[in-house]
Amino acid sequence: MQESAELRIEGAAKRFGEVAALDGVSLQVARGELLTILGPSGSGKTTLLKVVAGFEKPDAGWVKIDGVEITALPPARRDIGMVFQNYALFPHLTVERNVAFPLEMRNVAKPEIVRRVAEALALVELAGYEQRLPRQLSGGQQQRVALARAIVFNPRLLLLDEPFGALDRKLRETMQLEVRRLQRRLGLTTIFITHDQEEALVLSDRVAVMNKGTIQQIATTTEIYERPANDFVADFVGESNIFHGTMSAPGEVTLEGGRTLKVRSDKSAGAKVGVLMRPERFDTGGANLFTGDVIESVYLGTSFKLRLACAGGLELLVRQPARGPLPATGARIEVGIDPKAIHVF
Amino acid sequence: MSRRLLVVACGLIYFFLMLPLLVVFPISLSSAPYMQFPPPGFSWQWYERYLDDPQWIEATWRSLYIGVSTAILALALGVPLAFSLVRAKFRGRAVIERLALAPIIVPTIILSVAVYGIFAKLKLIGAWYGLVVAHTVLALPFVVLVMMAGLRDFDRGLEQAAEGLGASRWQTLRRITLPLLRPSLVSAGLLAFISSFDEVVVALFLAGANMTLPKKMFDNILMEIDPTIAAVSVIQILLVSLVLVLIGRFGRGLSGSAR
Repeated sequence: MQESAELRIEGAAKRFGEVAALDGVSLQVARGELLTILGPSGSGKTTLLKVVAGFEKPDAGWVKIDGVEITALPPARRDIGMVFQNYALFPHLTVERNVAFPLEMRNVAKPEIVRRVAEALALVELAGYEQRLPRQLSGGQQQRVALARAIVFNPRLLLLDEPFGALDRKLRETMQLEVRRLQRRLGLTTIFITHDQEEALVLSDRVAVMNKGTIQQIATTTEIYERPANDFVADFVGESNIFHGTMSAPGEVTLEGGRTLKVRSDKSAGAKVGVLMRPERFDTGGANLFTGDVIESVYLGTSFKLRLACAGGLELLVRQPARGPLPATGARIEVGIDPKAIHVF
Repeated sequence: MSRRLLVVACGLIYFFLMLPLLVVFPISLSSAPYMQFPPPGFSWQWYERYLDDPQWIEATWRSLYIGVSTAILALALGVPLAFSLVRAKFRGRAVIERLALAPIIVPTIILSVAVYGIFAKLKLIGAWYGLVVAHTVLALPFVVLVMMAGLRDFDRGLEQAAEGLGASRWQTLRRITLPLLRPSLVSAGLLAFISSFDEVVVALFLAGANMTLPKKMFDNILMEIDPTIAAVSVIQILLVSLVLVLIGRFGRGLSGSAR
């Protein structure tokens, strides 16, 4: 069985007319790792995927698999399994023939094809569906066929392009876990593309957040969530309260409105900084207290989501465990946050 | 109320379109020795006369193989042309597209005279393959239109997927693209066949002594008008209807997707 590979991209750039879809992207995916590329539409993530798959040639930069440059190699010779957004199953071929396709293209012997197709279909729990046509399957089943087809030839790399976009929430969650399980079991180096930050957090070893053709941050999921590198990442991943200010003293930030916050940061005094407070990190007390009027309150089952208008024009998004009555609009409440829970960047 | 009006209107239009058939069918089964409507009695004699006359049969076969050859040649030229018109970007594409459709716009008689001039020099008058070439010109727009419609709806993501899975360009074309375009290919081929099988103007100029079925019918009407022509018409109508049924079953139209 072919070993899963390591991927390196260095300085990849691609322009479409005036627009820089990729503006010097470099990243590395380790053997067996699942890296998610997370970004809004138009961030360049799909272009990056196409460059890796060979459907787009970068204007500059290179792509290497296991140290061998593949930048100019046609897609057919890259040995990369890919699951497309709309699955791209061949509508005129049965499930069996769809999954057999990459093996047939590699001139694998017939009995071997039969064996490996059966194996791949068993892996995605679709044994018994061999003779169906794609249109006779549900969305989730089509998804599994696409997955089986992408892994049946032991690709060196697996690419998933927003594969769960068309599925409903429940099915999406099941499929996410299934893909994760399969990927771990096969030890497949995988790049997963999504605009859904929740999905990125569930699935990935590491996440690369992209915007405007550049990578904003590459880090583990906790790192991305707890210690985002900039405004964009902080805002795009999860709910957030982001403010800007200056380090007025060691461990103290003065926000633009004049309010000071006790923080933990080794940034030098006078530095311009961003401050991130996650809504769920607020408590009833703490070193930094805020008093505010509730201007919006929503009951979410496990928590209350409150919007507070505080002194100095400060508006806070706060999540509280749903205990007791839901604070009414107009009520004045006090929340606090620990310096440890504030991220300064 | 408006629905009833619609039904009545459709019924009238349908009746109007069917009227010639309502006359032709009974006359072809007439026992009278000349055109008479309504026919005085029933007889198969005109069908028998058609089947017993080697000239009619020969003309029918000739039309059939000219039609089939035209369809094959029109597909061979029109399919690659449609591919390049839809997928390639090159200067003068719009001009070529319009040129390919020109035979629909140019009066057939003008085209016939022009082709006659050229073919006379090349000594192609009376040659069945000369007629195939001329009919291909007329059939090409149908093939190009149908194939372009099919190609515009084609999901190129499937070709990308095939290539990503290890297929060469050629394998992708043969295993994915052409099988998926089959409904369009069927429609295009059958339309090309019908356009040749029914064609009379070009045949009048180019067929010479070697009659196609429509030309034989035309000559027959000029010489001796008897109900054989009605019988031949019925046979031709049934044949073309069969082809249209085949298009409906296995092909696709200019709009709307297959099945």
